[in-house]
Amino acid sequence: MRKRWRAARIGIRRLSLSSFLGLLCAAAAHADAQRLRIISWADYVPADLIAAFKKETGISVELTLSNNEEMISKLRATGGAGFDLAQPSQDRITGPQRDFRIYKPIDLSKVNLKLFRPELLDIVRQNTTLDGHQYALPYLWGAEGLVADTKRARIGDYTDLCKPEYKGKTSVRLRRPTLMAFAFAMGKDPFALYHDPQAYAALMDQVGAKLSACKANFRFFFDNKDQLLNGIRSGELVAAMMWDTGGWTLNRQNPDIQFIVPRSGALGWLDTFALPARGKNEPAVYAWINFAMRPDNAARITRSVGNFTAAQNVDALIDPKLKAQFAASFPQGGFKGIHWYPAIPAGLEEMEGKVLDRIKAAN
Amino acid sequence: MSAAWRARAALAALLAPALLWLGALILLPHVELAVLSLRERIGPQQYAASLSQYKTFFTEPLYWHIFVRTALVSCVATLFTFLATFPIAWIIAKALRGRAGALLFIVCLVPFWVSETVRTLGWMILLRESGVLPSLLVKLGITQVPVEMLYHDATILLGLVYTNMLFMLVPLVSSLESLDDALIEAAYDLGASGWSILRTIVIPHAAPGITAGAIIVFMLTLGNYLTPALLGGKNSEWFTEQIYTQFITRFNWEQGAAFGFLLLGLSTIMVMIGLRLSGQRFGDVMRRT
Repeated sequence: MRKRWRAARIGIRRLSLSSFLGLLCAAAAHADAQRLRIISWADYVPADLIAAFKKETGISVELTLSNNEEMISKLRATGGAGFDLAQPSQDRITGPQRDFRIYKPIDLSKVNLKLFRPELLDIVRQNTTLDGHQYALPYLWGAEGLVADTKRARIGDYTDLCKPEYKGKTSVRLRRPTLMAFAFAMGKDPFALYHDPQAYAALMDQVGAKLSACKANFRFFFDNKDQLLNGIRSGELVAAMMWDTGGWTLNRQNPDIQFIVPRSGALGWLDTFALPARGKNEPAVYAWINFAMRPDNAARITRSVGNFTAAQNVDALIDPKLKAQFAASFPQGGFKGIHWYPAIPAGLEEMEGKVLDRIKAAN
Repeated sequence: MSAAWRARAALAALLAPALLWLGALILLPHVELAVLSLRERIGPQQYAASLSQYKTFFTEPLYWHIFVRTALVSCVATLFTFLATFPIAWIIAKALRGRAGALLFIVCLVPFWVSETVRTLGWMILLRESGVLPSLLVKLGITQVPVEMLYHDATILLGLVYTNMLFMLVPLVSSLESLDDALIEAAYDLGASGWSILRTIVIPHAAPGITAGAIIVFMLTLGNYLTPALLGGKNSEWFTEQIYTQFITRFNWEQGAAFGFLLLGLSTIMVMIGLRLSGQRFGDVMRRT
């Protein structure tokens, strides 16, 4: 009798254990369906948008802040797992995809393409298609140019940052956009040489020499937007290479500080929606894309980050001050006079890396 | 079940966490890094065994320049840390003792309750051109305009010395405390000067502690990432930054892994040279820490 009782008790215990585990698995699966993990840039995914999405769909967004290189490195380390949606720049998609297989193609049938501006869709389709699959959709775009305190500095092009009178008072990032910008300012077109590695290497060496010679002018190489904004606000810097929105933000606080489109042209960046190869929650990703690109939500994103999204029919909802600043900076309209980054062929970044290292080591 | 077997099982059980830690978190990743460092990308997703990553280090002057620079600055930082810490250790171990000594020790310890990042940011607030110290100098009339004190090699040194002082202080205090005061008194009785006492009695006695502190500080400095990155600015290429750059911004894990191994190998060689020069044995030194 006692023995049987014990057996029964063990049976109950086993039963409860297995049912508990089952419940746990079910809960985990449920949690995955209700969870969208995004890796993106600061301010790209505003908190109020996350709240609205949760209210509408019940899905909670988990956000990780990052930048292009870190996004790619993180996805590479896990073989494309850990996130459901990433937002790299459009020129950084086919290269890493070819080497590391970290993305999966976009299922265009699940996206409401009518929400997107067709010209941006075209650029991204051209730059992110590999072996017949499209790997990204446009999200947000903007331009990089110059910002200057117009009372203290007269700056017309990137190379003006090297004028002797601004010694120790300017700044750039020690990253590839700076190389591209200086190449354009030196009268060359680096993008035209993308497929001629030898000529490209020669050009990069020239640009590297120019930047090394200019190094005394840079107070520091900035790593993040806040560092740069602080440098300019405190007056430690009089001019720097900068994104349009950073310049407009500073301009609202101090009218002397202005965003300047360089004579050789601004550099256009375009960040995207891309799906990591081993992301789990695809339905939520497409729901999010269709949600974020709705005009009202796109306007919300613009309010948060200060840049324009790839969504259509948003014009009426944008802050008039931002529209005025944009029109003042780009009188011909946004897409003209901007150099858009084409997809980077393999091998170039290694070349550029050595040039950047040499600039950093130069005295 | 014999007693000997049981004792062995108990020992194995006690060692298991440490061995697991060593194997899974230190040995395995290093093996993978070693494999990574010995291959070369020849095409998309195609790799071949090669020594080219190591060759790059020696043929591209840039990288070994950065390494030599890092090693030299680390040596200087270790020396400065010693010079700054020795008097404090002496005061704690010999001059104050008891409660006052313990109190001073705690005062040295308190800053380490705050994370390294916050402490380094504190230095940035103090030293930047629009910061506390430069504006104080202007107010006192010492300089006409605020001077930028950040982004120099000296700033990195300052930050490194500050960050690592505690790791020098602890072994120094413990080795000085074991020094018998009678020896010093006897030396004075025999007419020795303060300098010769320091040179012939105190330093030799404290040598294992000094070496232990120096090894720890040197390794920490060489492997530090944060302080040079934040305080150093545009000229401060530190070798660890180069490893990070290769891994994260260049996607060149092969090169980064090779640099990691070179850092490990070269720093080991430098520590061995240091031990040889100071006539210390590694086992003795590590027992003192």
